[in-house]
Amino acid sequence: MSSPSASRLSMYRDMVRARYFEQRVYDLFMEGIVKGTTHLGLGQEAVAAGFVAAMRSDDLTFCTYRGHNHTLLRGAPMAALLGEMAGRDLGICGGKGGSMHLTDVTKGAMGSYAIVGAHLPIAAGAAWAALLRGTGQVAVCFFGDGTTNIGAFHEALNLAAVWKLPVVFVCENNLYMEYTPISTVIPVEHPAADRASAYGLESLLVDGNDVDAVRTLATEVIERARRGEGPSLVEAKTYRHKGHSRADPGKYRPQEEVDAWLAYDPVKIYRARLTADGVGIDTIEAIEREAAAEVDGATEQVRNAPPPDPGTLLTDVWADGGSAWRN
Amino acid sequence: MAELTYRAAVARGIAQEMERDPSVVFIGEDVAAAGGVFKTTEGLLERFGPDRVRDTPISEQAITGALMGAAMNGLRPIGELMFSDFLAVCWDIVANQIAKTRYMTGGQVALPLVIRTANGGGTRFGGQHSQSLESWAMAVPGLKVVAPSTPRDVVGLLAAAVRDPDPVVFFEHKKLFATKQDVPDGEIVDRLGIATVVAPGSDVTIAALAAMVPVALEAAGRLSESGVSAEVIDLRSLVPLDTRTLLESVTRTGRLVTVEENPRLCGWGAEIASIVAEEALWDLDGPIVRVTTPHIPLPAAAEMEDLAIPSADRVVDAVLRIT
Repeated sequence: MSSPSASRLSMYRDMVRARYFEQRVYDLFMEGIVKGTTHLGLGQEAVAAGFVAAMRSDDLTFCTYRGHNHTLLRGAPMAALLGEMAGRDLGICGGKGGSMHLTDVTKGAMGSYAIVGAHLPIAAGAAWAALLRGTGQVAVCFFGDGTTNIGAFHEALNLAAVWKLPVVFVCENNLYMEYTPISTVIPVEHPAADRASAYGLESLLVDGNDVDAVRTLATEVIERARRGEGPSLVEAKTYRHKGHSRADPGKYRPQEEVDAWLAYDPVKIYRARLTADGVGIDTIEAIEREAAAEVDGATEQVRNAPPPDPGTLLTDVWADGGSAWRN
Repeated sequence: MAELTYRAAVARGIAQEMERDPSVVFIGEDVAAAGGVFKTTEGLLERFGPDRVRDTPISEQAITGALMGAAMNGLRPIGELMFSDFLAVCWDIVANQIAKTRYMTGGQVALPLVIRTANGGGTRFGGQHSQSLESWAMAVPGLKVVAPSTPRDVVGLLAAAVRDPDPVVFFEHKKLFATKQDVPDGEIVDRLGIATVVAPGSDVTIAALAAMVPVALEAAGRLSESGVSAEVIDLRSLVPLDTRTLLESVTRTGRLVTVEENPRLCGWGAEIASIVAEEALWDLDGPIVRVTTPHIPLPAAAEMEDLAIPSADRVVDAVLRIT
């Protein structure tokens, strides 16, 4: 067993919470309660759970529009996240962000960024501040395989490497950049790992559906960053159970590929592993019941919540709380 | 009191703030060891050391992204974009991320940062190193926009920008770098959003910004020889915009001319004209006139560039058409 069992149960709990939460997001979207769009991370939970388990509470995470799981697992309240996606007043951003911008600064969840690549240099900047201020914080930045082809990825990797910043870049390679197989738009096999050497970084690949393996590597690279030994770039191979966003049924993926990955579901395989390692079924089912109850409770709160107060439309553009641009 | 160039005022302003507040840091291309390609940041590396004054790669997204991340995590960073035209290569970070994040997170994130950049034409650099882009930044909710016209204002407004809790884009005009002025010793700190009446007058209000302020002043001097009393207002910042000073002046003079270095369409003067039309139309004695660069990319050749950018002659002509 690679980890103490209490923290392994905690990672299982995190994955189950994330799984049930996003399944509910999907259902509520179909019901018309969650609006706009959603980019579900169903099937990718082990990456967020493994990294969060390796982080200190004051470490900082930066994620993408596919960032519901990461934000939830850093500790953001579930009802406030669901409420944000539903555009209710209890939303974590008061309804001003939406599903692609979940943020909970109090938990170190420093934002979900919806323009591909933007948050990599921002995470580097937060890491730079941590270094200068001597806080010992590490910034962890999650993104998809498609991000490795945009300029900000390369600018951020280069700056972080040259300045030896305490930041960990985590590529969740789910094999598709939106609707297109990543293999058709890159000249290398591994979109992140094969580019690491360009920045003097080690090539680091991990099974992104194996939460124990993710946590082990995450601990190593996060502590390396904390010791002042600079950034890392990790590529975690995983798979999206759903399409890119709500509008995408994901029909471009071969059925046998989808079936194989559904069989290699990170939640299922971890449940089986924990059971094989001697964790009682009662313990596991209790975790699952609690998670289901938490999701039901959050759903109830959101169903009963009013829309945002119209008076907040013009607040929070500026630090003075308002939006005035003239006297 | 000492004579200070606009160029040296930049370093003085940054130094004043770095001395006061250890959380103020400064990054950009060639800003540290080389002291800036326009020599606006000489001596800062020696004075404050390489942790706080740092050269970056040619990576404008990394520079502006690092400013944002650093501001999110307890610093008050200043970054330099060597030319304002380079805003175009990091506009996502500036316009989508920095400008919107406070609002989109329901006020969770504060971004006290300054993006300094060399702006404007008259230096024969051609169309990609000469633009006046204040109006781009003005069009994005969440950015404050400052453009000083004198060495004293560089110091005072830069200090105000650094101390401001919101992101500020600070446009320094390349054509003004060599201009000089006696500037008081000691700390200078202004407030953003205060326009200055730099020449009082009673027949027409001329609103100008940055390098167009001296052009407007030259025009006002010539107009007075023709018996026309022109009041010149240096706007100093576009966001926040001091409409009170502007409207007070226009209601008194009854006429408004804007002098803008930007190309015609959607320049800041259009916003000002619309405000005056909505709120002071009945006080006007003639049409509002905008003097701008034509709606063209700026040419490099000296004679062509001088024809394009508003001159004192064009301002005088515009005023005489309505007085």
